[in-house]
Parts: sequence; C-alpha cells; structure tokens
Amino acid sequence: MKIAVKVNGRLYESDVEPRTLLAYYLRETLNLTGTHIGCDTTSCGACTVLLDGEPVKSCTVLAVQANGREVMTVEGLEQNGQLHPVQSAFWEAHALQCGYCTPGMLMASYALLQDNPAPTEAEIREALSGNVCRCTGYVNIVKAVQLAARQLSGEGQEALQEVEAHGASSN
Amino acid sequence: MFPNAFRYEAPASLDEAIRLMTEHAYDAKVLAGGQSLLPMMKLRIAAPAVLIDLGGIGELKGWRETEEGLRIGALTRHADLERAAALYGRYPLLSRTARWIADPLVRNRGTIGGSLAHADPGSDWGTAMIALHAEVEAAGPEGSRRIPIDDFFVDTFVTSLQEGELVTAVHVPAPSGPVAARYMKLERKAGDFAIAGLAVHIVTDGDGRVAEAGIGICACGPVPLRAAKAEAALVGRPLTSDTIAEASRLVPEDAEPADDLRGSSDYKRDLLRVFALRALREIAEELEGRASIA
Repeated sequence: MKIAVKVNGRLYESDVEPRTLLAYYLRETLNLTGTHIGCDTTSCGACTVLLDGEPVKSCTVLAVQANGREVMTVEGLEQNGQLHPVQSAFWEAHALQCGYCTPGMLMASYALLQDNPAPTEAEIREALSGNVCRCTGYVNIVKAVQLAARQLSGEGQEALQEVEAHGASSN
Repeated sequence: MFPNAFRYEAPASLDEAIRLMTEHAYDAKVLAGGQSLLPMMKLRIAAPAVLIDLGGIGELKGWRETEEGLRIGALTRHADLERAAALYGRYPLLSRTARWIADPLVRNRGTIGGSLAHADPGSDWGTAMIALHAEVEAAGPEGSRRIPIDDFFVDTFVTSLQEGELVTAVHVPAPSGPVAARYMKLERKAGDFAIAGLAVHIVTDGDGRVAEAGIGICACGPVPLRAAKAEAALVGRPLTSDTIAEASRLVPEDAEPADDLRGSSDYKRDLLRVFALRALREIAEELEGRASIA
C-alpha cells in the first residue's frame, strides 16, 4: 500500500506491506535507526516516537496508520548540529548507561515538556512510566528532565552549574 | 515480530465499515487503537485475513452530553477522557479510571470502544462501565441498538455483539444528584494489568442517602463483574461507618478470583474488601465536604 508520511519534517512516500509496523518502517525503510526496538510487545517504550505530536509506541502502530500524518523520531531532536536541551541534559545528568532505552526516554521527555514546561517529579515519573530503563534506576533520568525543563525555561546556566557542583547522582 | 499478512481496509464511514464487516464476517477484525489487537496479531494469537481500520471514521470520535447523560464515541482515546476537565465534576469515574489504564503512551492510542469490544477480564473501562450502569451502542447491518453493560460481556474476550456489529459508542447516564467516585487498582509494576481493581460510583439524594450505587470488580472473574450485593446494601442508606463496613464485606462475595501468578484468590478477595472500604470512606468524606459547603 502506498503511504505518505512526514518524518522529522521531511515527506517520505513509500509502498509498504500493510503488516509493516511503524518502528520497522522507520528503521528499515527510512534507515532512521535511532528508534530502537526492545520488547516488541508494547511494554518497554524503547520505540517511542511522536505521532502528530503525541508519544506512542511505534512497535504497536502500523506504518499504514501513519499515512498522511507526522512522525518525529529521536533524529528530529538535534537541530543544525546542536543537541536539543533534552539531549544535552541527559548527557550532563548521566541519565543513561547502555543507552538502549534513551531514544524512547528522550521522546517521552520531550513530549512531556512540550505539554508541561515545569513538571513535578511525580509528573515526570508518570509521563515516563511506559518507558523501561534497566541501568539507571531512573533517578538521573528524572534529574535530566528537571534540568532540561530549567534550561528550556531560560535558567540554563544556573542549572548546569548546580549539576557540575553537586553531581547528578543521588548518592 | 510481525503479524500474519492481511488485507488492509480503511473505510471512511460507518456504513462502509459495516458493509466490509458483513462481507468478510469472521475473516475480519476491526482495528481501533490497536493496543490489544496488534500485540495479539504479532504473537499470532489473532491472524485476521482482513483488518478493517476504523481510524478514519470521524463520527466515532469524541464525547458529547445528551439529554440523558454522556455519549462517548467508540474511538475516544483513554488520554482524551483522562484529560477531559469538563467531565471531572459530573463523571469523575472516567478520568479516575483512565489514568490507571496501561501507561501514558498506550493511553494516547487505545480507545474506550476497543477496550470494551476486546472484553478482557482485566478491562479497566469494562469495570468502570459496570459501576456507571452504562449501555454499549452497537451498529450492524440491521441498524443500531443499545446493550446494557451487564448483558454485554459474555465471557473472556467474548461479547454479545453479533456478526457484522461493531461498538459505536458507550452511553453513561447522568447522575441524579451529588456524585463522587474512585477507581482503585493494584499492579505488580507500572502499567500492568490489575492484580485486582474496583470502580465505585456513588450518587446521593438531597438528604445524604445513597440514591445510586455502582461497584465494578476488575480482574476477578471471566469478565468484569458487578458487586450487586454491596450495591443493594448501600442504596437508600447514608454512608456511615456501619454501612460502609457492611458493603465492603459484601463486595468479595460477588467476585470469582483465580489463584494465579498475581496472587491467591483469598488475597484478591481481601484486596477488594479493602479497596471498597477505602473508596467508600473517601467518597463519603468528599460528598460530606461538598454538602457542608452547599
């Protein structure tokens, strides 16, 4: 079936089998391998992308369901060689170890901050409750989202200095 | 993992969808949000030859108030009901239930009609609709009809929908007086199916007596169940510590939990009793607070 999907602002026209899942379409047809496939059963959130601005698990959406719609993947965060503040905050706050869940975490965090620029810790944990990380224990992920929120609201330098002075780890 | 190959149909109207369902009958499955059906297809538990995607049918989306209550279109997403601030006052059980369904990403795709038609015994919406005494609106080649929720769930993954029929909406009656509700659920981990869950919906009359009581039980039987004995014990009486304790003791009597990896049946029964106690106490406090303000 012929589909036209806008991904990270660029229009792609493809002929796909109806059973192709969006995650596989992004990775294998468009070569956008930033989107990871983890559990493949709607549990882990590694495949999270934005569909018309809303975070969804792309292993549980058919590519044909994205026909005529807009998708944003982790490759769409960086602009002109500059990491998005959510990405740099994950770096600064040591919010990843193996990095497998990170693309999904970044997209779910980005979507949260679009909706809610100053989330509480509880709101961050709720928004990320569909994304599983087996390395970090989540503490530094929550800190990274808080750091990104402050940087996006213009308190960037102070927030960064705080992290540098005290470290991001809870220990 | 991939589903079996299938023919994909994307009807633009309800009539076209019903025509396709009539044509393909048991070879077809209907796709709403896909958060249960697509995993089942990937695991090859379901392998329909034809997939009818309702996503393009605008008339199935969104909710509106009617003379008798609220009509929620089948394709209304869990996240829409979770965030529908306009419904918090009169239909508090909706957002209180929605926020417990799976996780926020799944809630952005999954729909209320899909959840009901899937008829999982752990369906949070099924449980809430029992408490709300809702009716399911279904359309098929013979026209449209409304099915009381107690007649809708037949068995695990089985509803009373006829061949060629699909869920178009669910109707929730308007409360006749002050209303409060709670949804309580225990999960092994975030976003999991319930170990057990309870939906409690209470409407009082002007004198503080219970006018309507609805209590749904989640994941404790082949379908979502009604705590009919507890409901009967509440109607016509005020929410005192005695009536609350009595109703809470009665809730597990209508449950049929199984011993499984999520817990023993005794444990689940006791969980339901504690949920009922907590929910009714909170509801009593909330309604009392509102009465004293008024």
